[in-house]
Amino acid sequence: MHHFIDRRANPKGKSLGNRQRFLERARESIKERVDRSVRDKSIKDGGGIPAEGEKVTIPSRGLKEPRFHHSSKGGRRRHVLPGNKEFVVGDTLKRPQGGAGEGGKQASEDGDGADEFSFTLTRDEYLEILFDGLELPDLVEKATVETETIGTRRAGLTTAGTPNNLNLVRTMRNSLGRRIALQRPSVRSIAELQAEIEELEALPERSKKQESDLEDLRHRLEVLERKRRVVGYIDPLDLRYDTHVPEKIRNSRAVVFCLMDVSGSMQEREKDLAKRFFLLLHLFLTRSYEHTELVFVRHTHHAQEVDEETFFYARETGGTIVSTALEKMKEIVAERYPPDEWNIYGAQASDGENFGNDSARCKALLLEDLLPVCQYYAYVEIVDENAEMLLNNPEAGEDLWQNYRQVKAQAPHFEMQRVSQPSHIYPIFREFFLPKAKGAQNAGG
Amino acid sequence: MQAGDTVATPMFTGPEWTFQLLEVARDAIEEIALNDLGLDVYPNQIEIISAEQMLDAYSCVGLPLMYQHWSFGKHFARDEALYRTGRQGLAYEIVINSNPCISYNMEENTMAMQTLVMAHAAFGHNHFFKNNYLFQQWTDAAGIHDYLAFAKNYISACEERYGLSAVEEILDAAHALQSQGVFRYGRPPKPTTEELAAMQKVREGYESAQSVLDIWTDATLGQDKLEQIKDEPYSARRKLMNLPQENLLYFLEKHSPVLDPWQCEILRIVRMLAQYLYPQKQTKVMNEGCATFVHYYIINKLFEQGRLTEGAYMEMMHSHTNVVLQPEYDDPRYSGINPYALGFAMMQDIRRICENPTDEDREWFPDFAGDPDWRRVMRDAWANYRDESFIQQFLSPHLIRKFKLFTLADDADQSHLVVSQIHNRSGYRSVRRDLAHSYDLAYLEPDIQVTDADLKGDRELKLTHTVRDGIHLSEEDRDEVLKHLRRLWGYDVSLEAVDAGG
Repeated sequence: MHHFIDRRANPKGKSLGNRQRFLERARESIKERVDRSVRDKSIKDGGGIPAEGEKVTIPSRGLKEPRFHHSSKGGRRRHVLPGNKEFVVGDTLKRPQGGAGEGGKQASEDGDGADEFSFTLTRDEYLEILFDGLELPDLVEKATVETETIGTRRAGLTTAGTPNNLNLVRTMRNSLGRRIALQRPSVRSIAELQAEIEELEALPERSKKQESDLEDLRHRLEVLERKRRVVGYIDPLDLRYDTHVPEKIRNSRAVVFCLMDVSGSMQEREKDLAKRFFLLLHLFLTRSYEHTELVFVRHTHHAQEVDEETFFYARETGGTIVSTALEKMKEIVAERYPPDEWNIYGAQASDGENFGNDSARCKALLLEDLLPVCQYYAYVEIVDENAEMLLNNPEAGEDLWQNYRQVKAQAPHFEMQRVSQPSHIYPIFREFFLPKAKGAQNAGG
Repeated sequence: MQAGDTVATPMFTGPEWTFQLLEVARDAIEEIALNDLGLDVYPNQIEIISAEQMLDAYSCVGLPLMYQHWSFGKHFARDEALYRTGRQGLAYEIVINSNPCISYNMEENTMAMQTLVMAHAAFGHNHFFKNNYLFQQWTDAAGIHDYLAFAKNYISACEERYGLSAVEEILDAAHALQSQGVFRYGRPPKPTTEELAAMQKVREGYESAQSVLDIWTDATLGQDKLEQIKDEPYSARRKLMNLPQENLLYFLEKHSPVLDPWQCEILRIVRMLAQYLYPQKQTKVMNEGCATFVHYYIINKLFEQGRLTEGAYMEMMHSHTNVVLQPEYDDPRYSGINPYALGFAMMQDIRRICENPTDEDREWFPDFAGDPDWRRVMRDAWANYRDESFIQQFLSPHLIRKFKLFTLADDADQSHLVVSQIHNRSGYRSVRRDLAHSYDLAYLEPDIQVTDADLKGDRELKLTHTVRDGIHLSEEDRDEVLKHLRRLWGYDVSLEAVDAGG
């Protein structure tokens, strides 16, 4: 009774429950590391989170499984070792660091001695922990758009329909039931009668009784044949058709506009910070929506839509007119992203310098054209590395900052923050998307 | 090759395996295992699994069904990280002491490796599980699957009812005491009829917790009310609670004043599994030695019969050689004595002593040196020993020389280690005794026993650690385990170190 069983098709990940329990237990440490890793993440190599997941190392504190075991130090022990080459009895050896032989090995059993614990979070787990507790404040519901049918749904059976929808099984079942109930003569019973008739007809001479039998048989055959004609094999009554009804499926899509100032004043450092921000936003929205598109707009004194590569890596020089980017966004929305079908997000990064009185125009564009169609709009201003004063005082600032402050006063779904270092990005991102206080939510709705 | 021999054709030629080929190989192996070596095995159930599934199986101490706990997830996460980064390979097989004997083979294995693995696990380990006295006496191969299924369901039902964290707390504490959750020397006291009935009710969930608790405590603790022993309460208590008690989990399960019946049942589950796995801890050298000897014998036989290609044979030998590699103490790869190497060498040596004994062998092993039936000698050894007694009985001077074994005495009072014995005439017996000693779990694991618990008084749980050779407990872990113990006991717990004297 030996046998082989192929278990490869069985679900793997039997230990998923254990893994979730483990992640839950180590959640705080993991969160801390994940937050740090996104802060430190170099974006030179494309940033982002690799598809195969993210390696994290957390302190093994709290993950230890203590057991009673002997200390590796002290006492009298005897170790048997293989491979003696030149020792004779009585030779002495210096005590190795950390105990000798098996004593040392025992002490490091199960985490003791190792202070760190490394493993790999899947991409999903990483993102979940990264965005744990963040949400798009009361915007998701309002923005879920119902678009027209893509598919159909089965909706039971009907008695009318087109031949290609005929449900053969149901039809035949009805037909059989009806034939049994109405006692439709079978082919066999008719054949038997016919055989008997033929037998009698074949006789050279028939007796009187045989004559009458023949008559009788012919009559019965006629009755059966008539009944067969009346009770059809398949009757229109039997027919059943599958029906399908068109279905409206809820389908939400999002587009994220990344607007970046690439004028001469935006150096590598500034662009790096901006990209970190866009990256987080993109990851976050990808998790919230089925379909997310990105539109990259960069601007100097004129704006243009570009691909990702150009957006992040190409360099331009020139003056700065911020409103050109906003104009461009307005234009693209009008062309390709009808607000009743798309969730529209805006993210803008700039060093805050702007031409002349263009900032007032930006304010007008935002308030009149963009904010009414946007779910959320975030502005990040990248300031000098040691601009403590600006960071601590939201009231201080250039023309653009001042105008945006006025925008914020009127639009609850507009947020603005200043950053000067990579480590600022994630905290301000969290701030943007933390669940808003109740009052603010009401104001927004 | 003699002219009269029927030259068999190789069973397979390429690396790819198919179920058909597996069956052919299995039959050929079985023929040799049963009719030549005279092995006696449980029916085999060989399951082909993927690498991911192997990782899954790994993390649950190799058992096919296991309750859920974060520590299994932790081991999974670590093993997976090591495996993915190529720093650790996966075992080619996992085999379970059950009837039928389940072994997992990985799909990534080549046909040659599958053949080796079947000979190793499905026949070598299988025979050992079925015949070694420790497994026979202490484990229930036929019942383990049902018990594991019960345990898994019970614990997940508890999680639903009492919450994940409440269950986790008990499991954490129970796991911390797992090594102290086995009966080393004697059978557990049989549960009383009342206890059995109470346990049954708890399991089936018929009875409310409170009424079961009453039965439970009355049955186990209430008797001293009747006896009214005043003059010698201490000795009466000890008798009543089976003190001293080495099985801490058992003691807590029966006597903890604060645990609910479901919590006791969880302790019991952890204890039962610890006990089930205990024989494996005691027989690593023998079990691996047996399986390695069996696969080595079988693949050589298959090759002689012309049923393996030279390539397949070389692949198996390469793998075999890696498995039985024993680096010397000063080699950077050295990490203790390799149980595969020692076990395999000892088995080969037993065969040699039977077939070609030297005078020395006749002097040391008069019972079986020159015995024409080495297969029987080997089967007797597999059946009747555990690592410690096996080494004590069978390690020969020949092997001690071959491994160049020596004993290092490590006395903390001395500034240096001293070579106390080497592989020479005057050292053989001591080296053998020292090595055997190092496989004695009773010596390796701390001896901690419950010595008193006055449930009518301060309820302090008193433990005694018997210190041998001046070796104390590792302090940090000790304090952590004591915290868990306090949780399970509900009152103060003290641990006293007593020198065994010497």
